[in-house]
This record gives sequence, C-alpha cells and structure tokens, in this order.
Amino acid sequence: MRIRAIALGLTGLLALAACGGTAEEPADTGPVSLRMTVWTSNEAHLKLFNEIAAAYRADHPNVTEIKFDPIPFEGYTTTLTTQIAGGNGPDLAWVLENAAPDFVSSGALVPLEGYDTSDLVPAATKLWQKDGKLYAYPFSTSPFGVFVNSDLMKAAGQPTAAELVAQGKWTWENVIAAASAVNAKTGKAGLVVRDFDYKGWDNLSTIWAGWGAEAWSADGKTCGFAKQPMVDAMTFLHSAIFTSKALPGPGTTADFFANDAGMTITQISRASLLKDGKFGWDLVPLPSGPTGKYAVIGQAGLGALKKGKNAKAAAEFLAYFTNAANSEKLAAYFPPPRKSQLNAATLAKTNPLLKPEQLQQVVVDGISTGVVKPSHSGQAELSQAVRAALDPLWKADANVKSVLDGVCTSIAPLLAK
Amino acid sequence: MSKPFWTGRRRDNLAGYLFVAPQLLGSIVFVFVPLGLVVWYSLHEWNVLADTFDFVGAQNYQALVNDPKLGGVLAATALFSAGLVALNLSLALLLAVLLNQRLRGTIFFRTVFFSPVVVSLVAWTIVWGFLLQDNGGINGLLETAGIDGPNWLRGETTAMVSVVVVQVVKNVGLNMVLFLAALQGVPGNLYEAARVDGATRWRQFRSITVPMISPTILLTSIITVVGSLQVFAQIAVLTQGGPGTSTTVLVYYLYQQAFQFHHFGYGATLSVLLFAIVLVLTVVQWRMRKKWVFHES
Repeated sequence: MRIRAIALGLTGLLALAACGGTAEEPADTGPVSLRMTVWTSNEAHLKLFNEIAAAYRADHPNVTEIKFDPIPFEGYTTTLTTQIAGGNGPDLAWVLENAAPDFVSSGALVPLEGYDTSDLVPAATKLWQKDGKLYAYPFSTSPFGVFVNSDLMKAAGQPTAAELVAQGKWTWENVIAAASAVNAKTGKAGLVVRDFDYKGWDNLSTIWAGWGAEAWSADGKTCGFAKQPMVDAMTFLHSAIFTSKALPGPGTTADFFANDAGMTITQISRASLLKDGKFGWDLVPLPSGPTGKYAVIGQAGLGALKKGKNAKAAAEFLAYFTNAANSEKLAAYFPPPRKSQLNAATLAKTNPLLKPEQLQQVVVDGISTGVVKPSHSGQAELSQAVRAALDPLWKADANVKSVLDGVCTSIAPLLAK
Repeated sequence: MSKPFWTGRRRDNLAGYLFVAPQLLGSIVFVFVPLGLVVWYSLHEWNVLADTFDFVGAQNYQALVNDPKLGGVLAATALFSAGLVALNLSLALLLAVLLNQRLRGTIFFRTVFFSPVVVSLVAWTIVWGFLLQDNGGINGLLETAGIDGPNWLRGETTAMVSVVVVQVVKNVGLNMVLFLAALQGVPGNLYEAARVDGATRWRQFRSITVPMISPTILLTSIITVVGSLQVFAQIAVLTQGGPGTSTTVLVYYLYQQAFQFHHFGYGATLSVLLFAIVLVLTVVQWRMRKKWVFHES
C-alpha cells in the first residue's frame, strides 16, 4: 500500500512538473480553486462534503472549485508530505492525531480564528493548539469501542456483552475469557485489535490505558514502556495472545466485519461497515482494566496549509465547513468536538445504526473522559523505532520485561530530541 | 567567393547531433539533473512541513558516518544481495541448461518460468504476502506433508529468506532466457571434440559451457547485483523492514528517512551512498571481467 501511496505522490510530482509552467498565481480576489486531502473515499462522506462545498460556492462566486482528494489511509501522512515536498501540497488537509505535533509545531498550518472556544471540549482541542491558538479543527473525535458479534458469542456459550456490561462484569479478564472461548468453540478469531496487525502498536493503547500505562509521559520526555503498568498490561496481552489464543497470532488476519471474529476494538465510525451486516452485533465501551473504567479516542484535525497559494481563502472555507450548522451534519460520521452537539439526541439523528445508550456510553462519555492515542513530535520515526523494538515480544517465549526495556533504550534518544 | 557555411561536413555533424538530441535531452532531464539535485539536497537540511531549506554542508555526511543503524542496514542489504545473486544466477543457469535439452515440454516450462517476469511486481508480492502468512498457502501445503511450517514473515531469518525467494522466483526467468540464448550460441562441435577426448558432462560444462557463456554471466551478474541493491517494493509490501530491522535494506531505509521521517536531506545523502556502492560494485565487476570472461566481441 505504501508503494501505491508513494506512486501517487510521484505521479503528483510528475503532473506538477508537466503543468507547472502554465499555472497562474491567482490573486486573493481572483478565481480560487481549493483542494482538500482526505483519507475517506466513502461515497456518503464525499457526497456530504460536496454538498457543503456547493453551498459555500453559491455565496462565494470567486471560489470556482473545491475538490476533495482521497488518499488511502495507509501512508496518508507520507503521501501528504510528499505532495508538500513536491510543491504540490493541498490547500486544506486532514491531519491524523499522530501527525498533529509535527504539523502544529512546524508552522505548516494557518492559525484558525472565530471559534466559540467555550463550546469546544478541551480534551478534543488540546492536541491542536500552540501558544493558545488553534491550528486545526478536530472535526472528528472518535472514541474506541468494542464491537461484538452476538451470534459468535452465543455459539460459544457466552453471555452477551450487554449482560456483562449491565452486571458490571465487562472487564478485560472476562473479555479475554470470552474471546478465548469463541476461538476454541467456533475456530474463528476471538478479539481483533483493528489496524494493529502486530505493527500499528499505537492501537494497543486501547488496552494498556486500562492498566494506567502510557507510551511516554505527558511532556513526551520519559519513556513509559518499561514502567510497571505497561509491563503488567503487556504481560496480560502476551498471555492472551499466546496462551489463551484470545487474539489471532502474528501473521494471521481476521476481519470482524466479515464475520471472522467475535469482537473487535475500533472506532465507532466503522459502524457503517455493518450497514448490511449478516450477523447480530452490539457496540459497548472498552472493558474496564485493573485501574477501572477508561476511554481512548482517535482524532482527526482539519487544517489550512500556510504554503498553499490560497491560504486565506482556504481558512475561510475551513471556518464555514466546520461551523455549528455544518458540524452537526458532519456529526453523522465524525463525532464533533462541540459540547452543544455532544449529546445522544443530536448524535442519534444522524447515526441510525447506533442506539442512544451506545452513543451515550461510547461516544459522549468517551470523548469527555478519553485519552488520545499516543502522539509525539517526530512520530513517524518514533513509531518505527517502537515497532521494531516490540517485534521480539510477538513470540510465544518472549521475555516481556526485557523487550520493553529494549523499547525504552531504543526510543530514549528520540524522546530527548 | 567565401566558402558556404553549410559544408557537407557541418551538415553531417548537425544530422548526427539531431539524431542523438532526443536521447541526450532525456538523459539530461531525467538522469543528470535529478542526480545533481540529489547531491545538492544532500548538503541541506530540508524540513518540508516548516518549509525550511538550509545549507548544512557536510553535516548529513557526518550523520551518515555516525548513524548507529547504518551498519545493520548495510549488513541486511549485503545479505539480501548476496543471497539473491547466488540463488538467482545458479537457479537461472540450472534451468537454462535443463531447458536447453531436446525434450518434450521444454517450451511449456520456459513459459512457466518466464511468466512471473511479466507479472506486476506489487500484485505478485501481495499474493506472496498472503501465501506466506502463518495460516497461508505455503504452511497449508507443508501441513499436508506433516510439516509444521514457520511463521515466515515474523522470524528474522525466515523473513529474509522469504523476500529473497519471492524476488528470485519473480525474476529468475529473465536471466534464464539470457542464459538460454547464450547456451544456444555455443558451437556444437566443441562438445563433439570434447566427447571424442573422453570428457565427462561436468567437465564439458566447466571447460566449454561456462567459458563460452561467460560474457552473459558477467552481464546477468551486473544487472542482478544492481537490481538487488534497488529492491524496495517487496520489502515495503511483505515486511516493512521488519521483524525488528532485519530486512531494512538501504533503499527502504532511505525511503523511511526521506518520506516517512521527513529527513529529505539525509535521505538524499543515503541515495548518494547507494549510488557510490552501485558504481563501485559495477566497476569492480567490469574490471574483473579480464580475469574470467573468456571472450568479448
């Protein structure tokens, strides 16, 4: 997939080289064409974006085109930076939470104005601010939850997730036991941490946060992998994978949404994959860990690039795209960061697949209490170093503590930067 | 009366220049300018996001010398190249010799071994990625033979073996065809004379076949070495340089540094290193030809 991303980037470069000579620099008042890179290619999402853009253009005749340019999620940031490097960057871009520190601190984005900051949830905007200014609007603040395949749970003789939640027994201990039973009785995978695949380790924060563990300290300076909460969490996970077989092992793929797994941890926006689901399902919050209940959120920000030819026009469109009225429309797919809209009633209007209690438990509660997935400046390099250092953990006979010590040794110089 | 400007000689020269112009222009635009730019970038610290491009002199080269990861990367590259070249050339030669016999079905087998060459590299690699999974096709086959196969792409040694083999099977057909063509150019009377002298099949192969096709061996070894140093897609699709950093070869490392970590200046420095390595290896092979390449026409 990375190849495709880089090929896209290179094609972009070539295209630029081919037509670079003829492009005219439009003045601020002249005709303006805007491009926004996004990582969704979902038709319903793009239809909504185009409707908002059409409404904006009706009032702004100088804006001749607003194009939404989907780039595959895998390799999104790489492709985006390649386009910027080639002088072919977009005017507006979605930014993934793990790239937020780099984009916000580098000065690549235009500071945004005109938001009623008292309505924005502090937990949602924290990552996107510098020196009191907002550099990207967190248009999607999406908590992680557990989707459960009720049919497979039943086939394995397990109580339903809703029952466990109601009885206060929705704990990691019980979830792993149930997942293990699903695997043993049905031959399907028990629990899948979506997009982890023994590489995307930041998705494991949805588990270790239940032990109070963190990848690094809040100031980003101290490694958290070798600390006791992380050692406990990873020991639990290692045993769940290799002893209880509750999670599919490395090199084995299973897709929950194709009825291959009993449970999966992912963001609620994936509910759309269940539109014509062939099995009974439920959505419940993350199980409680030894330190109690917790929530983890993934984020996407929308920023206007300073380097773009129409930075001012881009920032104006951004403000319109994310104003209160449009935010409510976007809430159909992307949980908004606005207090006034973060209630089950508003969300239910646009999320027909989810029940009010699911929205309240997972989304509304999740956003107000959640910790954001790990992010740090120089995230790509850090992420790669952690990935490589964690690899020895994914073997049956791994020594968890010594592998985690190795992770800290490996990333210490990067954290110190 | 002065001589006209357009003498026959000048006309010929102009025609010659015009003939080479398209190729020359292509080389300048797509080879020499990018090559020069890479060297230029390698002297800079280029932060794409902050939009800064600062001259840092030899700092990137200093970083190259001090890079703690570079040793491992070069070792992985050498391992990959050595494994690939040895396996590819010996297998290609073996197949060529076998398929050079007058037997039924050789055309069919030549087609079979050559067909992967024309398959899209990424598609080929993705399919192999599925086959090499722990519960994939390869281990399924091994299981029917009662063997518990390893988790190919998750073990350091097996991952390297896997990327080498996937690449060899993909490209062995090309070298095989080159060897076949060379084998068919060896005059039959040499073998007749050898048989009269009582030489064994092995002796004939060693003393006639190998020397006679040595120019092709040189050619295939140069293109295979150069190709092996530029491997990227297989690594990116199959292992992403893992497990650990066991399959992080130079081109993949360069890609990570430039496009993932945004160190474009350092990435350019690594590509200068790659260029130097390829150049040195090619020159060495070319020089060594005098020692072992039998004849050149």
